Amino acid sequence: MPLVELTDVHKTFPAARGGTPVEAIRGVDLTVEAGEIVGIVGYSGAGKSTLVRLINALESTTSGTVRVGGREITGLKERELREVRLGIGMIFQQFNLFRSRTVWGNIAYPLEVAGVPKAEQNARISDLLHFVGLADKAHSHVEELSGGQKQRVGIARALATNPQLLLADESTSALDPETTQEVLALLRRVNRELGITIVVITHEMDVVRSLAHRVVVMEAGRIVEEGPVVRVLSDPQQPVTRRFVSTIVDDEPDVEALAALHARHTGRFVKLAFRGDDVRQSDVFAVLLEHGVRFELVFGGIEEVQGETFGNLTLALDGDAAAVDAAVHAVRALVPAKELPR
Amino acid sequence: MTDSNMSELWPLFWDAAWETLYIVAITLTLGGLLGLLLGLGLYVTRGGGLYASRPVNLVLNVLVNFFRPIPFVIFIAAVQPFARVVVGTGIGNPAIIFALTLAAAFGISRIVEQNLVTVDPGVIEAARSVGAGRARIVRTVVLPEALGPLVLGYTFAFVALVDMTAVAGVIGGGGLGNFALQYGFRQFDTVVTWTAVIAIVALVQVVQLAGNSAARRILRR
Repeated sequence: MPLVELTDVHKTFPAARGGTPVEAIRGVDLTVEAGEIVGIVGYSGAGKSTLVRLINALESTTSGTVRVGGREITGLKERELREVRLGIGMIFQQFNLFRSRTVWGNIAYPLEVAGVPKAEQNARISDLLHFVGLADKAHSHVEELSGGQKQRVGIARALATNPQLLLADESTSALDPETTQEVLALLRRVNRELGITIVVITHEMDVVRSLAHRVVVMEAGRIVEEGPVVRVLSDPQQPVTRRFVSTIVDDEPDVEALAALHARHTGRFVKLAFRGDDVRQSDVFAVLLEHGVRFELVFGGIEEVQGETFGNLTLALDGDAAAVDAAVHAVRALVPAKELPR
Repeated sequence: MTDSNMSELWPLFWDAAWETLYIVAITLTLGGLLGLLLGLGLYVTRGGGLYASRPVNLVLNVLVNFFRPIPFVIFIAAVQPFARVVVGTGIGNPAIIFALTLAAAFGISRIVEQNLVTVDPGVIEAARSVGAGRARIVRTVVLPEALGPLVLGYTFAFVALVDMTAVAGVIGGGGLGNFALQYGFRQFDTVVTWTAVIAIVALVQVVQLAGNSAARRILRR
């Protein structure tokens, strides 16, 4: 049974004064299995923030059903929804810590809400502080902490009531690259050591690459593409996915880059897609050499994502026209090859 | 200056100072509490608020906007009939305290509302996300998060109340304002007037400094 199951979910916000209603979510089906990390990517306004808020019922659906842990949460009363929310942690881009409370007090808050006895609270908070590496900051005030420390407090607070699911709303977008890596490493531990399922929304593909098992791409309130991270990064199908992937993976040169490359290099440009370990580059290069074709690597690179390797290499092929033709033909038998226009 | 009566008026001065303190303390407590409730009402019923309700919000706004702009001298006269019903008299300190409490409640409600809207909606969402109910969020998040500015707001209200007590004399109330008008202004005794002025300034300074320091401690800045 999936931990989260959304079926044909729609969410329309009523019109603001003088405006038109906003269809934030337009028919989304999504399942999240227990134990996985799902990355939801999309540009601002794609509906990803709304989507996660439907999962913990901070927003209600206009139509469709949302199940969490097998329990249908659409139509529950506010009191019942509060119970559901206790089982779902959430962290935020701006951390949203209580400035009126210390680090300790922030982590205590969900436990107070849940009515956990004081002695139990203390033991739990102490454990959490050690888990996130902030034992020495227990009695610090929020404004004394760095951004990374604030987010670690946010994570500890979200985990306080032992939730099965953690929702991360752009949780690293306000952090510098180094701190982002720290927080991502902590989230990986949350998933591996505590077995907590994580749904992370982000517009940063780096976060998806280093954290998520599966990626869901949203555009205009719909899911346009989803799949295992390596598959989506190595073989994006939709234009929006390709744009996202191109921010971290050199797929093929765009029109401007292509023109610049042609100005510097002669010959035909062929993009070769290497996937997995089944074909070695040396095999391909050997074929080119056998045909007497000179080649040069002009664009692309090899990516290593979660233990799998893939790459897109654009080569400039020079030599006798018939030989190049034969070489391209032979290479196609080994790897997908795409001729780039002049 | 040598013909000032101040030397004989010290006992009256201390009585008046005490009266000012006592009127302001009672009205700040009662009016402050009423104003807090009214301000909370204005805040939580706003669009997107915890208890969002357009009709309730509209009624509260109309109520506050109706009473708040009335100049206090006229407000005293206007609510005199109600004072007779509630505190049993239309004159003297009880009537002044009644009028001042009402006026303070309306004024403070806006100060409270303004301070509460500065609370980051993100922390309210964070509290909701851990399953906190609305009443709990008001009590454990909204008010504590806004405490620093609220203290400054109430300090401002204290100073405004000291100002408003000055006209208590129109219905026979006492206090430093009345003392200055009765024994200073009307007797052409500048020394008496200025003694009251300096006492009021000193009182306001002390309270303002205390309020600033309390707010600073709360905000840890």
